[in-house]
Amino acid sequence: MSLRPRVIPVLLLQNGGLVKTNKFKNPKYVGDPINAVKIFNEKEVDELLLLDISCSVSDSEPDYNLILEIVSEAFMPVGYGGGIKTVDQAKRIFDLGIEKIILNTSLQAHPDLVSQISSIYGSSSVVANIDYKKNIFGKHKVYFKSGTVKSDYNPLEWAIKLQDAGAGELILNNIDREGTYTGYDMALLSNISKKIIVPVVVSGGASSLDDFKNAIDAGASGMAAGSMFIYKRPHNAVLISYPSAADLKNIYN
Amino acid sequence: MINIVDYGIGNLKSILNILNYIGVNSRISNSIDDIKNADKLILPGVGHFKTGMKNLIHSNLIDTLNEEVLAKKKNILGICLGMQLMTKHSEEGDCDGLGWIDATTKKFQLSEPLKVPHMGWNNVNYKKDTALNKNISKEPRHYFVHSYFVDCNNKEDVLATTLYGNEFVSAFQHKNIYGVQFHPEKSHKYGMELLRNFNQL
Repeated sequence: MSLRPRVIPVLLLQNGGLVKTNKFKNPKYVGDPINAVKIFNEKEVDELLLLDISCSVSDSEPDYNLILEIVSEAFMPVGYGGGIKTVDQAKRIFDLGIEKIILNTSLQAHPDLVSQISSIYGSSSVVANIDYKKNIFGKHKVYFKSGTVKSDYNPLEWAIKLQDAGAGELILNNIDREGTYTGYDMALLSNISKKIIVPVVVSGGASSLDDFKNAIDAGASGMAAGSMFIYKRPHNAVLISYPSAADLKNIYN
Repeated sequence: MINIVDYGIGNLKSILNILNYIGVNSRISNSIDDIKNADKLILPGVGHFKTGMKNLIHSNLIDTLNEEVLAKKKNILGICLGMQLMTKHSEEGDCDGLGWIDATTKKFQLSEPLKVPHMGWNNVNYKKDTALNKNISKEPRHYFVHSYFVDCNNKEDVLATTLYGNEFVSAFQHKNIYGVQFHPEKSHKYGMELLRNFNQL
């Protein structure tokens, strides 16, 4: 039997608050991240992703105090991304009690950061996040700095490069779908998960348990979601939720 | 007082965090006095077996640990690499361990689609009743991250198994020596139950 895929809430942090974006734009303050973590704790979530979207854009250090406060309340595996550029910063974050470091923007200039960190902490502790969207010609391109800096890489070649560098897991994050409830980018997910050995987490667009089920069938090891777990539709009132154990069991069978 | 043994490897803070949360007195320390004075010990660890043993040797703690665990029979819980270090030998780095339990640490040999490391949530099936797994929830699941597993030579030492390709030993117990391959500190209420029980041994 293989492991059951993980359903992973994504928490976006900005200047110490919990925010939610739409296609990486218009961050809306939705509350206190520590309070959100406490609720996700009670709901026994598989894993949490913390992404600080202020760091890469403002070129600032990770907010170590905030991370510590969050991790002290999180009794599940937690990944953190945002502003990590050096092995020392990664060490500081691991020392706070974070399991996984998520790298993204710094890899554009220094893809070797993956191997530097994974050689010390093991590849299962190093996750590479790939943000991508379509350019004006309809081709997928990888973006850095919270979607503000375009690169020439297509997601597949970048994924292979990062896997070869020692990333233990990849997050595929479709910018065009983020916060839109339009479902995951299934085409890219199935294409990449066939060519990649390490676990792939899909992100951007989740709206229902069916999306999770489809993603599992397409080869995802993890399904990340933000809006779906933070908002209650149709009016997007802030209400934190997570599928029940019974619901999750159903999508795995 | 539980002393989390600091030998410069592993995610010690998250173990301290959960023990604080459930109201168990604990500290992270590498001092010989602290280890001697503690009621119980936790041997944590993530990473490479050989690095772990090297660090233990350099920290000059092995004699103290041997005395506390083997002579004085102090209760100790090994977590993840900490559990593996209690075995006689590991295939990882072809390296001898502490040898507290008659077992060896072996590499997973699995075929697709099973991936190594075994990373994620999996079920833990207890094989015997001990104070560590007393009154725990049904179908306990725990978070795992590991590429090597413990193979016990004495069946009586096997406390729990987990299925990943084959069944492997996910927890052992031999007298006062306990080891778990999973991370109770990252396993919600299931981990809290287990750590509460350990505190009450």
